[in-house]
Parts: sequence; structure tokens; C-alpha cells
Amino acid sequence: MSDDINRIWNLLAQINDPELPVLSIVDLAIVRDVKEVEGSFEIIITPTYSGCPAMDVIAMEIRAVLLTNGIGDFKLTTVFSPAWTTDWMSEEGKLKLKSYGIAPPTPGQSVCDSRMFHLEEAIQCPLCNSYNTRMISQFGSTACKSLYQCNDCKEPFDYFKCH
Amino acid sequence: MSAENHLFLYTLHLADNALVLGHRNSEWTGHGPILEQDIAISNIALDLIGQARNLYQYAAELKGGGSTEDSLAYLRDARAFKNCLLVEQLNGDWGCTIARQFFFSTYQYYLYKHLVKSVDTRLAAIAEKSIKEVAYHLRWSSEWIVRLGDGTAESKTRMQKAVDLLWPYMGELTTAADYEIALADSGVTVNPDFLKIMFNEKVNSVLREATLNIPPDNWMQSGGKQGIHSEQLGYLLAEMQFLQRAYPGAEW
Repeated sequence: MSDDINRIWNLLAQINDPELPVLSIVDLAIVRDVKEVEGSFEIIITPTYSGCPAMDVIAMEIRAVLLTNGIGDFKLTTVFSPAWTTDWMSEEGKLKLKSYGIAPPTPGQSVCDSRMFHLEEAIQCPLCNSYNTRMISQFGSTACKSLYQCNDCKEPFDYFKCH
Repeated sequence: MSAENHLFLYTLHLADNALVLGHRNSEWTGHGPILEQDIAISNIALDLIGQARNLYQYAAELKGGGSTEDSLAYLRDARAFKNCLLVEQLNGDWGCTIARQFFFSTYQYYLYKHLVKSVDTRLAAIAEKSIKEVAYHLRWSSEWIVRLGDGTAESKTRMQKAVDLLWPYMGELTTAADYEIALADSGVTVNPDFLKIMFNEKVNSVLREATLNIPPDNWMQSGGKQGIHSEQLGYLLAEMQFLQRAYPGAEW
């Protein structure tokens, strides 16, 4: 990997998701690749959800950060395949999410399909660590989250739903 | 008609389905029966409008000549829209909105399962991305069909009324337009007639679970895929397109 590409990755790792300000776009695996072709760079990104309103802001931030750091010859490409999955989220990213108060996606994904009334096995409350929690709604404050409540400490919390 | 034109019309058809239903759902924002469901229907609207954007961007590239996702969404008249009649129908009560979403999500789910394998890599990628969202929409709307159908006497009556009201719009989903037949032959998509068995099985099984009557397979409405719409679409476009028509090129 060239020094320039390394430098771009490091710059991108400083850009946080506007809706999840504790995670960088690299933690979230929104940045898929950085390529160099004859001195010009291509940054490949993928949305978490088709309608994710953060994508326009993220693209703007990437341009601003690269330009202010003297990198002007680049293009941004958005790809949809392979489709983004919560499996790509870094372990470090999951820990950051939990300490921010959002339950990270569980590794065994069971509610991504269309079966009715099927529940995720056990989602841990990010505040008191109890597994005695319940789903309030599949759809939460942003497209990527569902709404849960802890039956023990009673706190409502967001769960980063599997995708 | 040329193959390029078929592909353009089909991409437009997929985009119009998603945009029109997304817009209808967004009419609930701030008016949902309870906060969590207001958020849910708004999330579904957002997913659909996002899918529409990805499809319109592709359609705009196919069309060329300075066409953009915005010009396709905001500057075409009703006759140029190729969405199915189902998605433009009025929100009605919560039961009607649920029935419309359930019928459409079921259809979209089986269609996109095939579209993922399309020889057109761009459509395949958009389908691969969208189907994960559609699975959630299907699950959510099926659960509501059961909750209301197998609920109180009042909710059952109203859910049945909604299913009966929208039933004549189901046939169009699995009846192929010319462009679908042509593109099915070249492996871009599947003939929707092929989806009919899976589609009906899923719909019927959820209606049975909800203790609702399955309406008879009578005469069905058609025309939307060819641009001949019910009166509802004109009113929807008048509201959705107002800003761009009154102030061309306006931005936030």
C-alpha cells in the first residue's frame, strides 16, 4: 500500500458518521476501498441503507477533508454490491457503540428475514447489561436501528439492527 | 421499440413504484396512530425514496440528454409515470395503508429475489441492496395484517374492508407489460407472471393467519404500467411536484 493511500485511510478514519458521532466511516465499513490509478485516487463508499440521509453529508465531508489536506485529484464512487452488512462493523466500533448507549448488532443474525413475530434471541441492555429486554419497534430513530426497552432497569435504548 | 428503451421504461417503472409509495407513506409522518408506528411508516417511506433515487439515477443515465434523478421525479406528468395503480391509492385508514404496503412488499420481495440475478449488473446491485430493507417491510406489514385481522371485531371489519378495496389492484402486479416481457427474454428481469404462485401463496397464508376472507379472483384493474392512471396520481403529483414546478431548480 502506498504512503498516499495509507494517508487517505487515516484521514477517512477521522470522519465520523453524522448520526452516530462515536463511529468513524471506517469503523462502520462505509469506506470499502481506496485505489490509486496513475496518481489519481478513487474512494469507494457504500450506503448502510438505500435512503440513508447521512450519505450526502458523508460524501461532502470526505471531499472537504481530502481537499483541506492537499489531496485534490480524486473521485468518489458509490457501490451497492456487495450490499452493506452489520458483519463488517469492526469489533472496536461495536465497543464504541455500546459505551455510547446503543446496543451493537449481535453476531447471530436472526431477524433480518420476513418471518412474522420472530424475535432476536437476546439483546443486551447497553446500560445495565441485562439480557431481559424487549423490542418496542423494529424501526427506530434512524433507518439502521430498532427500539428496545430493558425490563430490569426500564431504560429504552436503540439496537443497531442486523442487516 | 429498442432494447435500451425497454430498459429505461422498466427502470422508470421500478423507480416510480418506489417513489409513489414512499410519498404516500410519508403523508403519515406526524399523523401516525402512535409515535412508534409514525416512525416505522416514515422509515419505510425513507427506504423506498432511497431505492427510488438509486433507480432514477440509473434511468437518468440511460436516458441521457441532461436528464437527472430530480427531473425524472419532479418534471414528468402523470401519463409518463409507469407505477402500478396499487401504490398511488389513497392512504385511507391505517388498515388500507397496511394492506397496500403488504401487497406491494410481498410482490417487491419476490421480484427483487430474482432481480438480484439480473444480467444487468446495475439493477442486480440495487436489488441486492434493497431486498434487505424490503424483508423488514414485509415482516412489519404482515404482522399488522394479523394483528388487525385477528384483533377486535372493529379492527377485523376494517382490515377486511381494506383488503377487499385494494384486491382489484393486485392483478396488475403480476401481469407483464411489453417492456417486462422483452426484458424477461433477455434475462434482465423475470416475467412477473412467474411470480404469481409465490405471491398468491404468501398473501393467502398471511390472510388466513389473520382469519380474514380471501376475496375471489375477479376482474382486475390495470393500466398503471402503461401510464394510464387512476385519478389519485394527478393529485399526488400536484403536491409532490409543486415546489419544483413553481420554483424551477429550487434547492434547500
